[in-house]
Amino acid sequence: MSAIAAAEGRKSRPAYRLTARGIIAGEWTKFWSLRSSWITTAVSILLLIAIGVIAAAAYTPGAIGRGGRVEGGRDAVTLALAGTTLAALAAGVLGVLLAAGEYSTGMIRSTLTAVPTRLPVLWAKSLTAGGVTFVLVTIGALVSFLLGAPLLHNGVVKAGLGDQGVLRALVGAGLYLGLVAVFGVGLGALLRSSAGGIALIAVLLLILPGLVTLLPDSWSDTIGPYLPGTAGGAVMELHPSGGDLGPWAGLAVFAGYVAVVLAGAAWRLAKTDV
Amino acid sequence: MIEVRQVTKRYGSKTAVDGLSFVVKPGEVTGFLGPNGAGKSTTMRLIVGLDAPTSGTALVNGRRYAEFRSPLHEVGVLLEARSVHPGRTAVSHLMSLARTNSIPRSRVDEVIRLAGLDAVAGKRVGGFSLGMGQRLGIAAALLGDPAVVMLDEPVNGLDPEGVAWVRTLLARLASEGRTVLLSSHLMSEISLIANHLVIIGRGRLLADTSVDALTAQTSGEGVRVCTGDVGRLRSVLTGPDVTVTSTGAEDLLVSGLNARRIGKLAAEHGIALYELTPQSVSLEQAFMNLTRDEVEYTSAFQEIAR
Repeated sequence: MSAIAAAEGRKSRPAYRLTARGIIAGEWTKFWSLRSSWITTAVSILLLIAIGVIAAAAYTPGAIGRGGRVEGGRDAVTLALAGTTLAALAAGVLGVLLAAGEYSTGMIRSTLTAVPTRLPVLWAKSLTAGGVTFVLVTIGALVSFLLGAPLLHNGVVKAGLGDQGVLRALVGAGLYLGLVAVFGVGLGALLRSSAGGIALIAVLLLILPGLVTLLPDSWSDTIGPYLPGTAGGAVMELHPSGGDLGPWAGLAVFAGYVAVVLAGAAWRLAKTDV
Repeated sequence: MIEVRQVTKRYGSKTAVDGLSFVVKPGEVTGFLGPNGAGKSTTMRLIVGLDAPTSGTALVNGRRYAEFRSPLHEVGVLLEARSVHPGRTAVSHLMSLARTNSIPRSRVDEVIRLAGLDAVAGKRVGGFSLGMGQRLGIAAALLGDPAVVMLDEPVNGLDPEGVAWVRTLLARLASEGRTVLLSSHLMSEISLIANHLVIIGRGRLLADTSVDALTAQTSGEGVRVCTGDVGRLRSVLTGPDVTVTSTGAEDLLVSGLNARRIGKLAAEHGIALYELTPQSVSLEQAFMNLTRDEVEYTSAFQEIAR
């Protein structure tokens, strides 16, 4: 039968197979083919460098800060990384848009038809968003540190790249923001809503620490170090302050939050209709 | 080959698909028909695993879609709902899907040419017309050179040239031995392309038949005959089951004899016929009759007209 012959002829074509590598390559293509990816990554890096350099140039130790306290003890690394709070927000938004955008546009239907095993999409998306953010933020942190160093005022605790903890703090910024991007992917996939995901990122990273300080001291001192932003940020501190978690312990706590959100996102992706 | 076995899908209290079973065979175009809301799109989503059935199974070539190692090579699907990020260009969209299944760039260029998208390949999809969007969806469906092609309302928004293109394309895909399932709520469109029909209403199977069988089944409404000599013709057309009714001065409606037999009898008796037309209910009418009680959204006009 000609139909069968034709069907066999068709099978002689090279096999198009679903591979882990291919799924990552697909997410990579998706990532760089959206304007929002370019904008959020660029904003993230520019904020990091610009705020870091400005902070280095402007900070004068001994000046009277808010609440009449005499500020002091800021070191070169803290100043170089002054922009990480806002950069983290941009990285989180990037992650949310990558994941939730699939749902708001309907792209998820194309994606899951191509990858019906589903979960690898979430892992590949996390890897892409986290990996790109890690690399670019690490570079941005190094640039900020190196550009800011010559601008520092007298009295600031100076540091060189080779000094203990400096490289750890700068690379830690990359690790922390990379994880924040993955956190965003997880929240976006869990909520399937860009607005909801962005709002939640902002609340968790920016607003929650402020709210906790309103609690009685004994409470806020206990809870504070374990908040997502505070725990994750510990890895960027050259000299961890008294109450905070150690750099790696803090990063591990934040990775735990990310893992919980990703697990929830994975559960929803595997179990529900799209 | 697509096998849908006793599939039921409920969304909350609403049953979209209700104990549906049918088989779509390779080598022919199968039309998937039903009024709006009949469950066509849901069934297609169930076949590619975007939705999970409440009960029953939907298999492609004997396996669940999620089990395939080469999913895009097995099934290509165009869904009715928008499935493209408007911020990407057509090429980027196709490339991002192609890479997951190790499909080379050359194949992406091939389907872009095939779908006539060369001129807009580098443009953002958000600015596409409905017809261009459909062409992109069809290009995506063909990306993996699939054995099974499922298109949900593919001619929506296409211009006449595009509609003709889809028809030719589907006929070719079927002739190559592929399984082709094509949904529509328009019998007139489907009957031009499809050989086989699966008709559903309110999620239930109404008919699983060939276009020819449905045509045959819906004809048998008699033969219209025009002649100048009505009286003589009447006397010739006799038999146990034959009824002849007069519908005009020169018109008769004959049932119980086919056109061939009537023509022969008239010739034997030297009666001139001006017209000899088998009366058949149109496929459109047959479809309406089948689905009349299953229409989800009846317009007020129809309600009044009935």
